[in-house]
Amino acid sequence: MYPDNYRYTKEHEWVLVEGDTGTVGITDHAQEELGDIVYVDLPKVGAAIEQGKSLGSVESVKAVSDIYCPVSGEVKEINSTLADQPESLNSDPHGAAWLVKLKLSNPAEAQSLMTAAEYQAYIGAEK
Amino acid sequence: MLDACGVSSAEELFAHLPEAVRLPRPLALDPGISEYEIVQYFRDRAEENANGYASFLGAGIYNHFRPVLVDTVVSRGEFLTSYTPYQAEISQGTLTTIFEFQTMICQLTGMDVANASMYDGSTAVPEAAMMSVRATGKGRVLVARSVHPEYREVLRTYAKNQGMPVDEFGFVPETGAIDLEDLERRMDPLTAAVIVQSPNFFGIVDEVKAAAEIAHKHGALLVMVFTEAVSLGILEPPADADIVAGELQSFAISPSYGGPYAGIIATKEKLIRQVPGRLVGQSVDSRGNRAFCLTLATREQHIRREKATSNICTNQALIALMATVFMTVFGKEGLRELATQNLAKAHYLAGKLKPRFSGPFFNEFVARFEGKSPDELNKALLKKKIIGGLPLGRFYPELADSVLLCATEMTKRSDMDRLAEVAQ
Amino acid sequence: MIEKVRPHPSQNEPLIFERSSPGKKAYQLPDLDVPAVDALEALGAANVRAEIAGFPEVSEVEAIRHFTRLSTWNYAIDYGMYPLGSCTMKYNPRINELVARTEGLAWAHPYQPEAQAQGCMEVMAKLEAALAEITGMDAVTLQPAAGAHGELTGILLIRALLEKRGNPRKKILIPDSAHGTNPATAAIAGYAVENIKSSESGVLDVAALEQIVNQDVAALMVTNPNTLGVFEENIVHVAEILHQKGAMLYMDGANMNALVGIARPGDFGVDVMHLNLHKTFSTPHGGGGPGAGPVAVKKMLEPFLPAPRLRRAGKKWAWDFKRKHSIGRVKAFYGNFGVLVRALAYILAHGGPGLRNATVDAVLNAVYIRKQLEPYFDLPYTQANMHEVVFSDDRQAKLGVRTGDIAKRLIDYGFHPYTVSFPLIVHGALMIEPTETEGKQEIDQFVSAMIAIAKEAESDPQLVKSAPHGTRTSRVDEVTAARKPVLRWKPA
Repeated sequence: MYPDNYRYTKEHEWVLVEGDTGTVGITDHAQEELGDIVYVDLPKVGAAIEQGKSLGSVESVKAVSDIYCPVSGEVKEINSTLADQPESLNSDPHGAAWLVKLKLSNPAEAQSLMTAAEYQAYIGAEK
Repeated sequence: MLDACGVSSAEELFAHLPEAVRLPRPLALDPGISEYEIVQYFRDRAEENANGYASFLGAGIYNHFRPVLVDTVVSRGEFLTSYTPYQAEISQGTLTTIFEFQTMICQLTGMDVANASMYDGSTAVPEAAMMSVRATGKGRVLVARSVHPEYREVLRTYAKNQGMPVDEFGFVPETGAIDLEDLERRMDPLTAAVIVQSPNFFGIVDEVKAAAEIAHKHGALLVMVFTEAVSLGILEPPADADIVAGELQSFAISPSYGGPYAGIIATKEKLIRQVPGRLVGQSVDSRGNRAFCLTLATREQHIRREKATSNICTNQALIALMATVFMTVFGKEGLRELATQNLAKAHYLAGKLKPRFSGPFFNEFVARFEGKSPDELNKALLKKKIIGGLPLGRFYPELADSVLLCATEMTKRSDMDRLAEVAQ
Repeated sequence: MIEKVRPHPSQNEPLIFERSSPGKKAYQLPDLDVPAVDALEALGAANVRAEIAGFPEVSEVEAIRHFTRLSTWNYAIDYGMYPLGSCTMKYNPRINELVARTEGLAWAHPYQPEAQAQGCMEVMAKLEAALAEITGMDAVTLQPAAGAHGELTGILLIRALLEKRGNPRKKILIPDSAHGTNPATAAIAGYAVENIKSSESGVLDVAALEQIVNQDVAALMVTNPNTLGVFEENIVHVAEILHQKGAMLYMDGANMNALVGIARPGDFGVDVMHLNLHKTFSTPHGGGGPGAGPVAVKKMLEPFLPAPRLRRAGKKWAWDFKRKHSIGRVKAFYGNFGVLVRALAYILAHGGPGLRNATVDAVLNAVYIRKQLEPYFDLPYTQANMHEVVFSDDRQAKLGVRTGDIAKRLIDYGFHPYTVSFPLIVHGALMIEPTETEGKQEIDQFVSAMIAIAKEAESDPQLVKSAPHGTRTSRVDEVTAARKPVLRWKPA
C-alpha cells in the first residue's frame, strides 16, 4: 500500500526523491479522509516553495485541505490531468495522481520524514 | 412539558444565568397590539410620506410596473417561508428558480456564469473589485466618477480595510461619458480593475468597449456596473467586460425606501472559482433524474472561513425570485418593448428641456434651467404634486446647477408637460 | 430534453426555457402616449443589442403553472417545523407581508425629499429605539443588509475606534465553535484571525483567554449563548479581561432568541453586536434572503456608525450626513427598509411582554427536546442549554450511520433536517433549535421521528443511510456538480 521508496509527512503527503527531483503527492489515507475529490489547486511552474509551506489545496464537496510541501524546491512540472480528472486522486494517489515535480534545493530534507513503516504506524495510532 | 424538563415553572430554565446578567425589569416597550392596529400604524406612516405624487427620480432606483404575478408567486408559503436550499431533496423549487435566474442573467449580460445574487448593486461593486484583486494578483482599483456616488462610497469602505487603493478618473464635461484620456493617464501595471457604469449615473450610455481596451492593455480587468436593469432590454451587453456587477431593482422590486434589493455578479468562465456568494449547479439524483444543488461551496465562508471569497452568507433569494418572475412575464420581446418605451418617454422629456450632456442616453438625463436653481424648481414642482429630479450638487459640486431626471414607462405625458411648463 | 419520468405534470415541470415558444407573451404594456423613438438613432447602432437569445417566451398561464409547480417541490415553515440550529426558523407572520406592501411605504424612493419621507424615517427611528432597548445598547444602525454584513460593519467600527486611540491592532480572536462568517468577516476587515479552543465544557476557556489577550488583539467575537446553546456564564469576566487590555467584545447576535427580555448584551459587557432580523425578528427567509443585520453599539462607538444617521430636527426627522468620524457607507441608501418594516410589525405585535414570552417558550421547547432525546443520542456537553441543543452522532456512528444520514431520514418523517455537522467542535453534530413557534404536538412528532430513526440505525442502518426515500428528488450527486459545474441552461 505505502511504497517503501517514498517518504511521508505528518500532514499526509508523500515524496519520491530521485536525485534532485522530488515527486509529491497525497497519501491514500488522505484521500480516504477527504472523500470524493472535486478540485485540486496547484502552484504555478517556477514557484519556489519551502518545506512545510502550503503548495496548494485539495477540495471535496464540503471540505478544503491545504497541501504542505514535504521538501523545499522549485516547481518544474504540475500534473495537468488533475484539472479534468480530480477523481484520479481517489483511485491512484500514489501513482498517476502525483501533484507536482520539484527541483529540490536540499534533497537531504527528505531524511527527516517518515518511512513507509513509520507512516503506517502513525496512521494506525491516529485511528 | 415542565415535568419532562424537571422544573415547576419555565422561569427556572433561566435560573442558571448569573444574577449580574439578568434583566431585572420588563422591557420598556409598549404591550402588543392587534393586527388591525398594526395595519393602521403603517397606514398612518404611509400618509406621512408623499402619496399620489408623480416622480422624476431615478439615480439608481427606478419606478417600473410590477406585474401582478410577481407577488402572487413570492407570496406562496413554499417560497416565502422556506430556508436556504442546503437540503437539495426538499428545496428543488428554490434551486430550480435560482438556476433559471442565473441563466437569465447570463443571457442578459452576455457573461458565462452568474451567481445567485448579492445584497444589492452597491455591495456587488466591492465584491467585483476583490475578485479582480484575487484574479490578477494586483492591488489597485480605478473607478469612474460617473459610477453611482453611493456605490463608490461603499467601495471605499471595503477597500480601505483591505489595503486596496481606489482612485477615480473623470468624465468629459460636454458628453457626460468617461474621459478615456484621463483613464489612460492614470492606468498603471498595478491596477487590478477598471470600474465603469453604463448607463452611467448621468444616464449616458458609456464607452465600455474603449475602457476595456485600455484596461486589458495594461493587464487589468474591466468591471461593468449597471443600476438600471431594464436598459439591458435594448442596450448591447458588455461582451468586453470581465465582470458585470449590477442592481436588479428595476425588475419588479419595490423601491421601498432603500431596500431590500438584489445585486448580481456575472463573469467569464475563467473566473468561476473567484465568484462570491451562492451558486446553483445542475446534477442528477440517485435515480438519474435532473436535479439542482448548491455547488462550489468550498469558495464560501462556512467552509473556507477566513480564506473565503467573501463573508457573504445570504443571497437575496426571494428578491431574485421577483426578478425571475418579472423576466419570465416580460420575456424576450417584452423586455425590449419595455426598454424602448423608456427610451421614448425620456427622449420626449429631453426634447422639451435642454440635456446638459450630448452623449446617448437611455431613460435618464441631466438638465439645467435658466434662472432657476434645482431647489427652486423642485419646490415649485412639489406644489403641483410632482417630485422633481435629483439635484446633483450633493454629489457633483461642478453640476450644482443641474438635476438628474428620469422618465420610465410609468411616467405620464401630462406630467412631463407640466414639469416642462414649470421649468420654463 | 428530459424524459417524462413521473406521471404527474406538477412533478415533471421543465425549466422555463424548455417551455418557451417564439411569440408567446405574458405581458401587456399600455400604448405609448409620446412619439416612439428609433433606438438605432437615439443610441447609435453599436449600442443596440440583438434579441435576448434564449430568454423565456411563455403565456401567463404557463408562467403561473411553472412557478406554482416548482413551489410544491419545496419544504417550508408553513408546512412544518425546521429544527435548524442557529437559524431560528420561527413563523413568518403574514401581517408583515401586508404592511410591507403599504403603498406609501413600498413605493417610497430613497431620494424622496425628507419632508415627503417622514413616515419611513419614523418607522426606522422607532425600530432603532426598540432594538436599542432590547439589546441594552446606546445606538443602532439599520444600514447593514444581512448578518454577515452587520458583522463586517461591527468589526470596522472597532477598527475605527482603535485607530482613533492610536493603534488599530492586528488580530481578532474567534472561538473554534464560531459560525464561518465570523473569521471570513475578520479577514475582509483586514484582521488576522486567531482561533481559541473552547474549554472541555464547551464554553470560552477564560484562563486561555487571559493568556492570549494582549495589545495586538483588537477584539473577541463571541456568540452568546454559544453555538452549543449554552450561556457563556463568564461573559462579564471575559468582557473585563478584554477591556482591561483595551480590546473590545463583539457579539454575534444570531442566538438572541434565547435572550430577548431575559438578558441584554449591553448589560453584560458587549461593546458592539449585530442582530439578524430574519432570525430573531421573524422576517421571512424566502429561500435564502433577504435579511437585515442591524448593528447596536455602546456610546463610544456611536460617532463611527455608517452615515447618514437619523436626527431629530424640531418635530421632524432628518438625515445627518455630517458624520466626520463615520466608517463610511456599507450599503447604498439607508438599509433594507422592507425588512425593517416586517421586524417592527413583529415587535409591535408582541410588545415587551410578548417578546419575553417568546423567549421563554423557545427555551422551554429546546430543553424539552433535549430531555426527550438524551436517552437516544449522545450529548457531548451536558450543561444547561437554552434555545438550542447539540447532540453528536457518536452512538449511531458506531453502526455506520452519521448525522447526515439521520438528517436525510428525518425528511421521510416530514421534517426539514436539523443543522448538520456544525458547530465543528462537536463530532458529527446534530444541532436542533425548535423556536417558540412549535407547539407540543409538533415537537412530540419531531421527537418520535428522531427516536424512530435512532432505532432504525440499530435495526436497519441501510434504510437510514440511503434516505430520503419518499421525496420527489433523492440524494443529489454533489460531487459531479462540483467537478463539472453546470451553472446555467443552454439550448441543445
